[in-house]
Amino acid sequence: MFSYVFRRLLIALPSLLGISLILFTVLALAPGDPFEELAQNPNVPAEVRLALRAQFGLDDPIWQRYFHWFANMVRGDWGFSFVSRINVDTLIWQRLPVTIAVIGLSQVLALLVALPVGVLAAVRPYSWFDRIASSVAFVGFSLPTFFTGVLFILFFSIYLGWLPFVYRADLSETGWAWWVAQFKQSIMPIAVLGLFQAASWMRYVRSSVLDVIRLDYVTTARSKGLAERVVVTKHVVRNALIPVVTLVALQMPAVFGGAIVTEQIFRIPGIGSLLIDAILRNDTPVIMAVTFVFASLVILFNLIADILYGWLDPRISYR
Amino acid sequence: MQETELRNLIEEVREGTLPRRNFIQHMVGLGLTAPMASMLLMHEGIAQTVPPIPYKGTKRGGGGVLKLIWWQGAVHLNPHFAGGTKEQDATRIFYEPLAGWDTDGNLIPVLASEIPSRANGGVGADGRTVTWKLKRGVTWHDGKPFTADDVLFTAAYAGDPATSTVTVATYKDLKVEKVDSHTVRITYPKATPFWAEALTGSFGTILPKHVFEPFIGAKSRENPANVKPVGTGPYKFVDFKPGDMIRAEANMTYHVANQPFFDTLELKGGGDALSAARAVMQTGEFDYAWNLAVEDEILKRLEAGGKARLAFLVGSDIEFLSLNVTDPWNEVDGERASAKSKHPAFSDKAVREAMSMLVDRKGIQDFIYGRGGIATSNFLNNPPRFRSPNTKFEFNIDKANQMLETAGWRRGADGIRAKGNVKLKFVYQTSVSQPRQKCQAIIKDACTKAGIDLELKSITAAVFFGSDVANPDTYQKFWADMQMFTTTMTQPDPQIFMEQWTTDQISQKANKWSSRNLVRWSNAEYDATFAAAQVEFDAVKRAVMFIKMNDLVVNDFHVIPLFARPRPRATALKLNAPLSAWDNDTWALGFWSRDA
Repeated sequence: MFSYVFRRLLIALPSLLGISLILFTVLALAPGDPFEELAQNPNVPAEVRLALRAQFGLDDPIWQRYFHWFANMVRGDWGFSFVSRINVDTLIWQRLPVTIAVIGLSQVLALLVALPVGVLAAVRPYSWFDRIASSVAFVGFSLPTFFTGVLFILFFSIYLGWLPFVYRADLSETGWAWWVAQFKQSIMPIAVLGLFQAASWMRYVRSSVLDVIRLDYVTTARSKGLAERVVVTKHVVRNALIPVVTLVALQMPAVFGGAIVTEQIFRIPGIGSLLIDAILRNDTPVIMAVTFVFASLVILFNLIADILYGWLDPRISYR
Repeated sequence: MQETELRNLIEEVREGTLPRRNFIQHMVGLGLTAPMASMLLMHEGIAQTVPPIPYKGTKRGGGGVLKLIWWQGAVHLNPHFAGGTKEQDATRIFYEPLAGWDTDGNLIPVLASEIPSRANGGVGADGRTVTWKLKRGVTWHDGKPFTADDVLFTAAYAGDPATSTVTVATYKDLKVEKVDSHTVRITYPKATPFWAEALTGSFGTILPKHVFEPFIGAKSRENPANVKPVGTGPYKFVDFKPGDMIRAEANMTYHVANQPFFDTLELKGGGDALSAARAVMQTGEFDYAWNLAVEDEILKRLEAGGKARLAFLVGSDIEFLSLNVTDPWNEVDGERASAKSKHPAFSDKAVREAMSMLVDRKGIQDFIYGRGGIATSNFLNNPPRFRSPNTKFEFNIDKANQMLETAGWRRGADGIRAKGNVKLKFVYQTSVSQPRQKCQAIIKDACTKAGIDLELKSITAAVFFGSDVANPDTYQKFWADMQMFTTTMTQPDPQIFMEQWTTDQISQKANKWSSRNLVRWSNAEYDATFAAAQVEFDAVKRAVMFIKMNDLVVNDFHVIPLFARPRPRATALKLNAPLSAWDNDTWALGFWSRDA
């Protein structure tokens, strides 16, 4: 087991290297200049911009800049943002907790919705409940988060005026009022992300349970006279969840992607909105670092999914 | 406008027959900036009679929270690193210059006790020295006193090329001396007619010496104060998350009595312009929103909600059309659009003038830009009665047709005019933006009726404004026949702005297309006038020169001004916020208050 994890981590290194190389090249080839704003401001002489470019090493050849970046990265130096001149790791650490909280809660919400609804729909397939749940789920994962997000804002914030749509990381309230304010401002982004995820997971849970519920051992359990509730929870769901767990782990990086858009819409100061701002400002070190973090997460969650798989299903072993 | 004429106007102001404000608007109409016009009067010994900025507060604090929303968040809080208005506005909450510019172009003292003038001996007769008297009793947010040393240090800090400030050009040749603890004298290397650029407005914010001194030069990036400002402003720093939120609290020892009004201040950044507008105008979550780049039709609908009003301050953002002077399609000495080449069709002035006539400015204003675009023939917008007599705009397809016919451009079988083997077929480029594409289509339609074929090209803003040397589609390379974009002039003195049409500034391969004369226009008379204006210390003569330069550019029709683009700002109905088109949005934050 440990040798397997170790081997997988070793394999991950060249993939990360390849990812960083491709990212860096693509960013270097993409149009744009972090000091574009200065170029457009007629009061700032061109020399200022050229001097800054030279000072930050932007005029060096791409390969030289890559090796420079790589050497620093190995030493744990993530570089600094060209635009704000603040260290990139400071920026990321500042924003990571919010992202994790919002994404984590939305995943919990997604599971809380997807599991019971999916199981109930599968236990009574083609009943009215199943039909409604499936149709809603279909609509749910067909609508992108940037659309539902704006829809939620228009309805709950502007039409009804119930919820604020500008997220604040540092609420001034204390005690219970803080929790209420936090709940009010978080419910929309979490619901947008969570329900989108729940919709697709509900479909997976349903089909997975449907596969298992027809198997002979389930019939055996029923003929033993076990209560239906016990049959479903102990015998069906346990086995049906194996593929779902993998799926949840594998989809984590995609959730980060969805969070980028949601963070931008609700002005949540997470790493997603950091990435978007950095892209708009052509702030290469920040883009590099955030995308690199995402790439590492993809590899990490792939590994977690594989390990979980073996743990849940003893028939699979690691060699 | 001749010198005598201008002198007569100034006399009228002196006698009081012409209101000061009208004079300034008149000058703005001729292509000057309001601050320059105002300084013109000061030079002539007419003191500023500035009405005090209205302030309704009666005591410090007690006003609750002031919530501001900028749809682009500030990423640091060092005013001398701030290239754009978002950081400048944010840093101005904490830092202050010696004086700021109000929207009529008046210089308003902030950290200075009075505005230098010839009358009070502040401005030297040779035009090289300016003496500023500093306000006494001002303290930094950490309690240390503000003195002349801080001013000296700021000039040294910003002027050090190793610090890499964006204000380096303003300070690097400046000599600043301490006369006494609260008096400084600036010496310019040569006679400088517009002496009030340094130490005023957004480029003039003063930094505390005791906080910044250890981090001058190459170490400037490591200064913790870049994200934790210590200033003299009405609000003190509490917390900052780059790109997201700035929080501040009232400075209870602020140097203006009974200010500030609010207890705390929050500036939220990020998101998009439309939802920022909604947050002020529909839900009222915020009190003030900056630069709402949203179509006017939508803004009008939001405004109807009655929660906020919009301010359209006429500054100097101008949308204009450039007709390439050089030939972008053939290489000369291995360079496209080489300064040595001539554009085959636009070298004929009749074609250029016809093009100017084919732009339906009025129609575009009414149907596309609304209040966000005011038709102009000048480099600055102005009330109709003050419009420069030397420039005009007209939309007349028949006249354009006639003009082209007379100049020998005949319609071919395909309806497109040609002369010899030169056809009137042009590539017209601009950035991707809905109003710009609509504008392109309207101009193309009119041109088709006049026998001119336009091929429309729209380029992603990141590429078009990207100043990437390797990319052929940047506005700086201008490898097309025509292009359209907005230029800004927020700094008070137009000298640097007007420099962009001098021959020296021609954007070409030799300077990696980094200089600013993108249309590659060259005019000996203009160059000579510009050179003379740089050293002319007589304010009246200098103003006449700038008006002449404006006319030279505009009347040659290679550069065709289209619209003044005021930036809409939304203000909650009960909020009193004095704004200025010539300084940052937060320039007078101490005067902001809210009606009960």
